[in-house]
Amino acid sequence: MIQNEIAISVQKLTKSYKNVRVLEGVGFEVKTGSIFAMLGSNGAGKTTIVKILTTLLKHDRGTAIVNGFDVASNPEKVRQSISLTGQFAAVDEILTGRENLIMIAKLRHLKNPHKVADELLNRFVLTDAANRRVSTYSGGMRRRLDIAMSLVGKSPIVFLDEPTTGLDPEARIEVWNFIKELAGNGTTVFLTTQYLDEAEQLADRISILHKGTIIVNGTLAELKKLCPPAKIEYIEKQPTLEDIFLAVVAKKEEN
Amino acid sequence: METINIYFFKDMGVMFGRSMRHIFRSLDTIMTVTISPIAIMLLFVFVLGGAIQIGTDNYINYLLPGILLMTIANGIGYVSYRLLLDKQRGIFERFHSMPIARSAGLWGHVLVSLVSNAISVTVIILIAFIMGFRSPAGVLPWLAVIGILGLFTLSMTWIAVIAGLSAKSADSAGAFAFVIHLLPFISSAFVPTNTMPKVVRIFAENQPVTSIVDAMRALLNNQPVGNDIWVALVWCIGIMIVAYIFAMRIYKNRG
Ligand SMILES: Nc1ncnc2c1ncn2[C@@H]1O[C@H](COP(=O)(O)OP(=O)(O)O)[C@@H](O)[C@H]1O
Ligand SMILES: [Mg+2]
Repeated sequence: MIQNEIAISVQKLTKSYKNVRVLEGVGFEVKTGSIFAMLGSNGAGKTTIVKILTTLLKHDRGTAIVNGFDVASNPEKVRQSISLTGQFAAVDEILTGRENLIMIAKLRHLKNPHKVADELLNRFVLTDAANRRVSTYSGGMRRRLDIAMSLVGKSPIVFLDEPTTGLDPEARIEVWNFIKELAGNGTTVFLTTQYLDEAEQLADRISILHKGTIIVNGTLAELKKLCPPAKIEYIEKQPTLEDIFLAVVAKKEEN
Repeated sequence: METINIYFFKDMGVMFGRSMRHIFRSLDTIMTVTISPIAIMLLFVFVLGGAIQIGTDNYINYLLPGILLMTIANGIGYVSYRLLLDKQRGIFERFHSMPIARSAGLWGHVLVSLVSNAISVTVIILIAFIMGFRSPAGVLPWLAVIGILGLFTLSMTWIAVIAGLSAKSADSAGAFAFVIHLLPFISSAFVPTNTMPKVVRIFAENQPVTSIVDAMRALLNNQPVGNDIWVALVWCIGIMIVAYIFAMRIYKNRG
């Protein structure tokens, strides 16, 4: 297989729900093996982008290429290249944690589903709860299981839609560490988030999505340059992503 | 479109296993499904039965086929409910973003509906035996009755699939079952149709429940079945095909 430099390439993506335009000419690229964060407030269109890229939703215009395959014309191939952790933990409550993982391993036609499940349980610190029904799990445990289920079969590209929303700070840092580890092993990570510090912590590149269009796109360093220079105060303050976000959105709103 | 690959049956098997676990971990649903048919059976046999003139002295023999259909009408409500949960909890999205045959998820639920309804029907037949139901029928007529019940279950299950896929809430998912529940009351299930007012009678004699009930009753009592069995089969298979086509269309067009 040819190693693509570019894992995800999106151009002029447009999508409406009935008459409501939710994406308007969205374009960006994600390098293979990098962590890409799509940052945007609630309703910006993040989930819509994730759904289009994971073949769950058809777009109206534009192109979206994932792992070298067009999502519109070659969805089967795309599905073979990706895995998705949706915005809400998609775990089977009635099954145990282990059964959930075994089920996914079987559906991915892996040789040794039980072994794969045990390894992931161990890695995600779920071994003690492995044989309990998921309905008894805490929010953090559910999210860990959810992410573990997306890692079954080692897809080269992983989509995480707001992976830490609703988690307590401790669980959040745990998830961050898993994401870093994942990218460290060469997996491409596409991540959406509402939290500026999350993008700042994790991402190689960040796009800010606002009302269906990308208003800024770049590395953290590039984004920081966009911000008005730090005012001379008693202590010189580094601009955070929040400042950049607010500055850019304010400029947009003026026009 | 979906490519039916070599894994289709394997994937369906995994889905079936998952849904079977759901059934066996909530066996109280079998009780919920059977309790009202049992109550109606008791009511009609011990309270109202003496007043109903049907021309034989064993009213429960007359009653059982209709009660079995009511049981199935109860049971399929859970198919809608489980589908709705899968849809709401994002489990379908997880499956759909994976390289597996799309309809495998639906077929898993449908096959499990056959199994769980078979359990409920068996419970009802055993209780009917205790209440005095007897059948002189041999193996072949019984097999024919099982076949009719199986086809009826399938046709109702596909209707339940439509309801589950299009419902927004658990209440609306179950609403359709109400209509199906009424049908046995306006049929030959409890009393012969010749006592009904003309308009009601025309409806009763031409709706599916009457021919299905009459066919099963004749088979169980070793009487000539006549045309009823063919009319019953056409109804079951016809409803099944139409409902299947609609269900698949809804399932594949989402998004
Ligand atoms: N199925 C749908 N039908 C109509 N509008 C929708 C649907 N899904 C999302 N939307 C709308 O599209 C916009 C973007 O939604 P979404 O992609 O979920 O945003 P985000 O994930 O960034 O919060 C929102 O205004 C939302 O209300
Ligand atoms: Mg979202």
